[in-house]
Amino acid sequence: MTESPPPVVEMRGISLAFPGVKALQDVDFRLFPGEVHALMGENGAGKSTLIKTLTGVHRPDSGQVSLAGEDVAFSSPGEAQQAGISTVYQEVNLCANLSVAENILLGREPRKLGGIDFPAMRTRAAEVLARIGVHIDPGSSLGEHPIAVQQLVAIARAIAVDCRVLVLDEPTSSLDAGEVAELFRIMRVLRDEGVAILFVSHFLDQVYEISDRMTVLRNGALVGEHLTADVDRRTLIAQMIGRDLGALEAIEDAAEKHQVEGPVLVRAEGLGKRGAIEPFDLDIRSGEVVGLAGLLGSGRTELARLLFGADRADSGTLLVDGKPVKLRGPRSAIAAGIAFSSEDRKGEGLVADLSIRDNLVLAMQAARGWTRPLPRRTKDQLVEKYLKALDIRPANPDALVRTLSGGNQQKVLLARWLVTEPRLLILDEPTRGIDIGAKAQIQQLVTTLAAEGTAVLFISAELEEVVRIADRIVVLRDRRKIAELDGSTGVDEVVELIAGGAAPEPEKVVS
Amino acid sequence: MKNRLLWPLLALVALLLLNLVVTPSFFSLRVQDGHLYGGLVDVLKNGAPTLLIALGMTLVIATRGIDLSVGAVAAIAGAVACVHIGTSDSAGTAIVGMVLALALCALLGLWNGFLVAGLGIQPIIATLVLMTAGRGVAMLVTEGQIVTVNNTAYKQVGAGFVVLPTAILIALLVLGVVAFVTRRTALGMLIEAVGVNPEASRLAGVRSRTIIWTVYVFAAVCAGIAGLMISSNVSAADANNAGLWIEMDAILAVVIGGTSLAGGRYSLTGTLLGALIIQTLTTTVYTIGVAPEVTLVFKAVVVIAVCLVQAPKARAALSFRKVAVPS
Repeated sequence: MTESPPPVVEMRGISLAFPGVKALQDVDFRLFPGEVHALMGENGAGKSTLIKTLTGVHRPDSGQVSLAGEDVAFSSPGEAQQAGISTVYQEVNLCANLSVAENILLGREPRKLGGIDFPAMRTRAAEVLARIGVHIDPGSSLGEHPIAVQQLVAIARAIAVDCRVLVLDEPTSSLDAGEVAELFRIMRVLRDEGVAILFVSHFLDQVYEISDRMTVLRNGALVGEHLTADVDRRTLIAQMIGRDLGALEAIEDAAEKHQVEGPVLVRAEGLGKRGAIEPFDLDIRSGEVVGLAGLLGSGRTELARLLFGADRADSGTLLVDGKPVKLRGPRSAIAAGIAFSSEDRKGEGLVADLSIRDNLVLAMQAARGWTRPLPRRTKDQLVEKYLKALDIRPANPDALVRTLSGGNQQKVLLARWLVTEPRLLILDEPTRGIDIGAKAQIQQLVTTLAAEGTAVLFISAELEEVVRIADRIVVLRDRRKIAELDGSTGVDEVVELIAGGAAPEPEKVVS
Repeated sequence: MKNRLLWPLLALVALLLLNLVVTPSFFSLRVQDGHLYGGLVDVLKNGAPTLLIALGMTLVIATRGIDLSVGAVAAIAGAVACVHIGTSDSAGTAIVGMVLALALCALLGLWNGFLVAGLGIQPIIATLVLMTAGRGVAMLVTEGQIVTVNNTAYKQVGAGFVVLPTAILIALLVLGVVAFVTRRTALGMLIEAVGVNPEASRLAGVRSRTIIWTVYVFAAVCAGIAGLMISSNVSAADANNAGLWIEMDAILAVVIGGTSLAGGRYSLTGTLLGALIIQTLTTTVYTIGVAPEVTLVFKAVVVIAVCLVQAPKARAALSFRKVAVPS
């Protein structure tokens, strides 16, 4: 791709903050006509926020968006679409009960005599479908077609208007290899017509196959913009999960690496679940911090959920203290002393409309059963202790959890499990989307807990963090456990493992 | 919390004052044969079945559910009790009949709970089954007849007096027990947790299923008591009309009381106010002589007004000084 034409989209100095989170900080982004541009970054890096700022869902706090050289400020997705920016989201959001043609032209149906001109609509839809080489009956009902075809119809809908910029947010996550190839063929057709395509995917192979250029974000900040041909996988991954030097300096490196001896607390033997994670073996000892490293979708969360009984394993056994334990659900895991703090704080962690107090004691109360309420005084003591220990603000037990900032919410969730005094604490992305201060406090806490004899399974997309904190690192790739390294391993070595198995890369000195 | 109850309370006071204007003797109480009579007592007595059912409904709604079958369950309870009592006038038979009826109601609650918590059917559909089939069951029990009884003990439940009408005392007793059980134990908090975020509750180890099951059984038993009250008051079991549409009044009472249909936090005091508002409204319709054809419309208008005035957006639009709740 040449750089001769001016960019069709240019975003300069975009910043956007949500309560407690700086979602985007001074991000520059440009998109040229006739290119496929991949937006890269781990979860929480700010990809979706940037897209939503472009498509008018969010208004940036500062910064300027310009389209074809003109400054624009969209106040709704509709306005962005009018201006030629169409978006296809991860989940197909079309109406399965309507026909293909109706879906493509919904809201802009050709009219005749005050009614909808159905023949014209079908003709128009057929034209659009033909443009991307999809041959299906426009009159057929959308629901009859497989998801992959529905996805293509969504793209047809996006380009049925005069579309200069097409945003594809993880369009391939539910497609198989053949369907992805078809999607890519269509993307190339559109690209050659001069449409600028913004593509988000967590699959590196696909990114390398289709994209011409990429922009990497991390923690809401721009890391770099490269031509895809100029950057190898290892560099890319290092940039995505990379080295947060600021955070490093801020955090006192209290995590002393040590080989933890002693009896195995939890052992997984061939534990696995089809479609989630392939059977794996894993030992976790008391007082040990085990880090899980891997890209999004590598099976990190799935592994954790099996250990906690949140999902049921379909193979293998789990042993606690050397005795096999049958996990029928979270309750049996909790009874065995296992706690799990989910990565999805809002969806699976906190009960937003209840107070800090209720959220703190929820797990312990649930374990006691409703007939044995915690005495008010015990409750107050616990709450006071953990509000202070974790520095939760506001320190008001009656404050509703949904009014708290991300970092404080995370601390409440952590405190809920600490109250139960677990023997194994599974932390899935405990530091995602929270500020540096809270992050440092949580890392410190993990170290302290381990020193006191708690086993911790620590999952984070930030490799630096995992490497710094873990006594042992388990590496996952493509839903498989591929390696187990000791805690002194360097970031680069882990990056290599995560990226490994991919196309041959130029030799590089491991520092 | 207090703030949430302010508007229902004002609505209730307004309705009562309206009655006072129309019927100056509305607030006067008199004692006759050791029994308390008066307009307010009537409101409470006639509202007792609705209040009972609304209490059960409150807990069901707090878990994100709904129970449409309560009216039918009430009819079944009355039918079973009356058929068992038959022509007997003994207190023993009446008690056995009522225990039988309530036991059957608990069983019906288990059925609802099974459909919702066990099979995962949407509550509105799951309870619709019993809403429609339940009337048929009641018909089977009464063999299609309106069964009348003449039992002194049974009559006490709905029409008796212990200074105040027994119906009021029973309803308040149940209210007290529910308040005590849910707020003194951890049940209330766990019900709210399940209602706000079922998945988070499950991962925190809450027995969501058992809790959901429990509230449906409780709702059915409440409906059973209400059904006994209704049938006792008229000394008859009418499979078709006993407790007809009472589920709608109960749901309304819960909603007026500030408990969201989306589940989560609930207020028993709110439900009490809601039930009183609905009953006062019904009484008002009679006292101010609204034409029978437009009574339902009149009720609807009042209910919409009460709900609107509680909505944060409407309140903001009416530009009260209070800042609207953050969305």
